[in-house]
Amino acid sequence: MGIETASIIEWVIKAAAILVFCTAGFAYVTLYERKVLARMQVRWGPNRAGPRGLLQPVADGIKLIFKEELIPVKADKVIFILAPVMTVIPALIITGVVPWGPVIHLFGRDIPLQLADINLAVLYIMSISSISVYGITLGGWSSNNKYAMLGGLRSTAQMISYELALALALVGPIMIAGSMSLNKIVEAQANSVPFILLQPLAAVIYMIAVIAEVNRSPFDMPEAEQELTAGYHTEYSGMKFALFFMAEYIKMIAVSTIGATVFLGGYLGPFVFDLPWLGPIYLIGKVAILLYGFIWIRATLPRIRYDRLMALGWKVLFPLALLNVILTGFGIVLFGGK
Amino acid sequence: MLQLTPQLIIFFSVAALAIASALGMLFSRNTVYAALLLVLNFTTVALIYFMIGAPFIGLAQITIYAGAIMVLFLFVIMLLGTEVIAKHGPVGFQHIAAAFIGLVVIAEAIFVFLIKGQSALSIIPGGNVVDVMEIGDLLYNQYLLPFEITSFILLVAVIGAILLTKQERVKSRIGKDEAKK
Repeated sequence: MGIETASIIEWVIKAAAILVFCTAGFAYVTLYERKVLARMQVRWGPNRAGPRGLLQPVADGIKLIFKEELIPVKADKVIFILAPVMTVIPALIITGVVPWGPVIHLFGRDIPLQLADINLAVLYIMSISSISVYGITLGGWSSNNKYAMLGGLRSTAQMISYELALALALVGPIMIAGSMSLNKIVEAQANSVPFILLQPLAAVIYMIAVIAEVNRSPFDMPEAEQELTAGYHTEYSGMKFALFFMAEYIKMIAVSTIGATVFLGGYLGPFVFDLPWLGPIYLIGKVAILLYGFIWIRATLPRIRYDRLMALGWKVLFPLALLNVILTGFGIVLFGGK
Repeated sequence: MLQLTPQLIIFFSVAALAIASALGMLFSRNTVYAALLLVLNFTTVALIYFMIGAPFIGLAQITIYAGAIMVLFLFVIMLLGTEVIAKHGPVGFQHIAAAFIGLVVIAEAIFVFLIKGQSALSIIPGGNVVDVMEIGDLLYNQYLLPFEITSFILLVAVIGAILLTKQERVKSRIGKDEAKK
């Protein structure tokens, strides 16, 4: 067979672009969150480092690099060190299947603005998100600390429970588009309307389930600071803590990107097929709107009790998601789908 | 003779990793490590499924086995606090049963190889990628009955699990009914 060198270079550049986008995005999402939270609480937020506080993430990063890293004596050292890495990697690779825009022409080549257009993109997303539980669970266990352990166990139960509703929420759009490829799902939305209009229930279930999946408030049970000090990352400090922190924000970006692609039409927008470079801009705009939603919810809602959280997942979201699949099936049969 | 193509190099390194992780799982005395090595084993086997053109099976393997089932195993290990197995644990007959089942599987593999010959070993990298639509079509048309029976068995298992956790209440209700009589 033989793969051209040009294709390999193209893939490497795209992969690097995704990694840079995720890590730089992480830094600025923390600032975005602090700024928005501050404005909602009638404060200014960070405004000292750089103009309007724009260099605050850099300052935070430098601070974390120079912090002392502690490893508890009775911790399981190998897993303790591996756990943050196992949390970050799934978060970084999950967006590899998301299309960023239509095909562009550059240096005489047709380059799709997407790293990998695989047929099973949605299933890929589900497998990666099911793998991402390990880092948190093992981080909690290996610390040899009861609070960390409880946080880890809670997060395992929580993430497994909400994964079901999450997967079923994505089934509706798959049925309408007739494909698991995110590219096909976006194209199907180009031919009709964004799926949030056809699948409002699925979109709501998806948003609730991903908040639980990335352990954000009001479902930030694993790190409930009043009960568990800091949950699974109680014993982590310095860069290892920063990696957990980073994973949470990168996951937020990733699930917002996937949500924007499946329910809001992804890179679609006015004139996107004439000016392909608008694709990534539209997508980032939609992601920023969803991230604003995440932060807004955090600023508004108190944390719900753990048993209520599990009951919500199993007794409300899961049956509703199943119902949505059945209704979508009926809809496609009655109105001819697409 | 075999030519060392990139596909073969990848296959052999993945296969070596799969065997090494399986052996590590068997000989590890720490159950958490054993569980993690089993996760690694499931993932490497999933990579082999990708290579023979069955990405759906591979991804399902990662989602279900590596993602869901092994997380529950870890959950149980951590909750029970049975991280370290004693040197001569009370496994007894399980050794013999495991050896027997292992031998049966190896015999089966040899049997298939003898019947199908070289074609059983052939790996077609990138060729004949099985589409999800085809799998769905087969499951809901040709294999509808086995598929329904499997889901029925799973339903029974779910009901069994619910009964086990609700045992107390069921017993007390039975007691009340008897008291009424």
